[in-house]
Amino acid sequence: MSTIDFQTELTAAGANVKSRWGAVRFFVRRYPLGAGGAVIIAMMVFAALFAPYITMYDPLSTNAAASLARPSAAHWLGCDFMGRDLFARIVYGARLSLIVAVCSVTLGCTVGVSIGLLGGYLGGWFDLITQRFLEMMQSLPLLVMAIVMAAALGPSLPNTILAIAFVLVPTVARVIRANVLSLRERPFVEAAKAIGMSERRIAIRHVLPNTLAPLIVLATAQFGSTILIEAALSFLGLGVPEPHPSWGRMLSESAAEYVRTAPWLVIFPGLAISFVVFGINLLGDALRDMLDPRQRS
Amino acid sequence: MVEAATMDRAAVTARPGHNRPPVIEAINLKKHFPVKKGILRRTVGQVYAVDDITFSVGEGETLGLVGESGCGKSTVARTVLRLIEPTAGTIRLDGHDVTRLGKAELRPYRRQMQMIFQDPFSSLNPRMSAGDIVGEPLQVHGLASGKEKHEQVCEIFDQVGLRRSQMNAFPHEFSGGQRQRISIARALALNPKLIVADEPVSALDVSIQAQVINLMMDLQREKGLSYLFIAHDLAVVEHISHRIAVMYLGKIVEYADKRTLFTNPQHPYTEALLSAVPVPNPKLKRAKRLLQGDVPSPINPPSGCAFHTRCPYAEARCKVDTPKLVEISPGHGVSCLLRTN
Repeated sequence: MSTIDFQTELTAAGANVKSRWGAVRFFVRRYPLGAGGAVIIAMMVFAALFAPYITMYDPLSTNAAASLARPSAAHWLGCDFMGRDLFARIVYGARLSLIVAVCSVTLGCTVGVSIGLLGGYLGGWFDLITQRFLEMMQSLPLLVMAIVMAAALGPSLPNTILAIAFVLVPTVARVIRANVLSLRERPFVEAAKAIGMSERRIAIRHVLPNTLAPLIVLATAQFGSTILIEAALSFLGLGVPEPHPSWGRMLSESAAEYVRTAPWLVIFPGLAISFVVFGINLLGDALRDMLDPRQRS
Repeated sequence: MVEAATMDRAAVTARPGHNRPPVIEAINLKKHFPVKKGILRRTVGQVYAVDDITFSVGEGETLGLVGESGCGKSTVARTVLRLIEPTAGTIRLDGHDVTRLGKAELRPYRRQMQMIFQDPFSSLNPRMSAGDIVGEPLQVHGLASGKEKHEQVCEIFDQVGLRRSQMNAFPHEFSGGQRQRISIARALALNPKLIVADEPVSALDVSIQAQVINLMMDLQREKGLSYLFIAHDLAVVEHISHRIAVMYLGKIVEYADKRTLFTNPQHPYTEALLSAVPVPNPKLKRAKRLLQGDVPSPINPPSGCAFHTRCPYAEARCKVDTPKLVEISPGHGVSCLLRTN
């Protein structure tokens, strides 16, 4: 049965999945760029999980003596104006970004896929109403929408996640719906009907798995943009509140005042954001190529 | 068997030479698609895709359904299988009226009628392995699962000439002919009585066509299957069919057993179709009656006999009077004013 089974997909692509490392080695050889992206993401996840072991500094403790300290052996990336170690804040910031990105993408994609699948497959009034509603949402730019949501909900971690997930829904729902609309008319769906399959089972077994490839590309692209949106919200003071280290707010705090006097305060958080988003996009493209059986040579 | 609308069932089954009990009967079947326009989706016309046709397919028999593209052949296939709802008429499967059954009530009957599709590339789910595709019907109907299902799928693979080792391969790894074998295997899984084949070989190379047709004929002999075989290639239809019905603009214009139709066609349209069949001998000179023009639109079918716009023999009355399908000899029906009077 066609479920989302990476093992089967890999076997079909010619990977040796008998040993656990066979699949990994196959992926690295076939998609070196994607593997590079995976390494970047792995670094980020590692930093997020083991932050206390990577840096000995507390990202929240201030030190007046080290205010605006330059990068040095003691403080690798320097310190901000309150004397907090920048490296520690970036490492702990990875944890925050990861939580926000994973939670909001999961939430947004789940809701978006449900709406897209139901609307696209069943059509009718449900489709009509949800689509008009999504169009309304999409008439505002993503970021404006997120700002409105975040402002209405108030700055906190769960609210930031909710606000970002909310703005992801229209894009996901519309891409999935468009895909479902074309899949619905394919002869293999008709064949499933001729077999006597129920509509719900056809939607889940035949239509949904075929939206997997675009969904993964979309989810990874969204994963990158959630990090950017979170940074933007925090930049505007609507995201995760002080004193939690957020890459976006680290940028915003220092961009105006210290970009000339202490440029490391701007450069390193900015680099962290771009680096991670870049890695996610590389990985997403490789996953799309691998999961679409027709793209295999 | 194609019948004039007025003929009753007893007469249909009592015909000499065709005393096989019918597996599927379509009686006065109609499918009209509304043409909608404007914001309010007002219905401004009807497409008469299938317009009052009657036929039956006997046990172990193949009925060939031929006609130009757009004449409603595929709509007949889908309506008979209840994949689209008929506008009017009756469909009887093995004597049971299945025309108005709901989805749940229809499910047991689905086991008895299956379909093979034209396009072997899009009729298989690209994300399912060949074994899963063939085993799925068994699972849906709760007939077998696990090891039992695997064994049954193996058997079906043997029957259609696929290797068991190919069970884990995905559709894109197969050639067109092999894919069509998977499609046939999927249809066979439920052990149906009737298989509706909608141009099953027209997307294949000629050499592969013969293999698939011969496979279908072998399976028919082994299992006593009935086929409703739809095609536009008369040579293919001649090879596999016992009886042939010719469709034009949603109506059956002539039907007969294979030999009669090919040696003694009565309807001018059948004549024209037959004269267009290529003959392997280039020295053989034949009188060709090639048709001019295209099939008229089924939205506004011509008055009288729908064929009069292209008929080489058309007379004035053909534009006015609508011909009826009349049996001119047992088992041979024609719908033409000139040939039946």
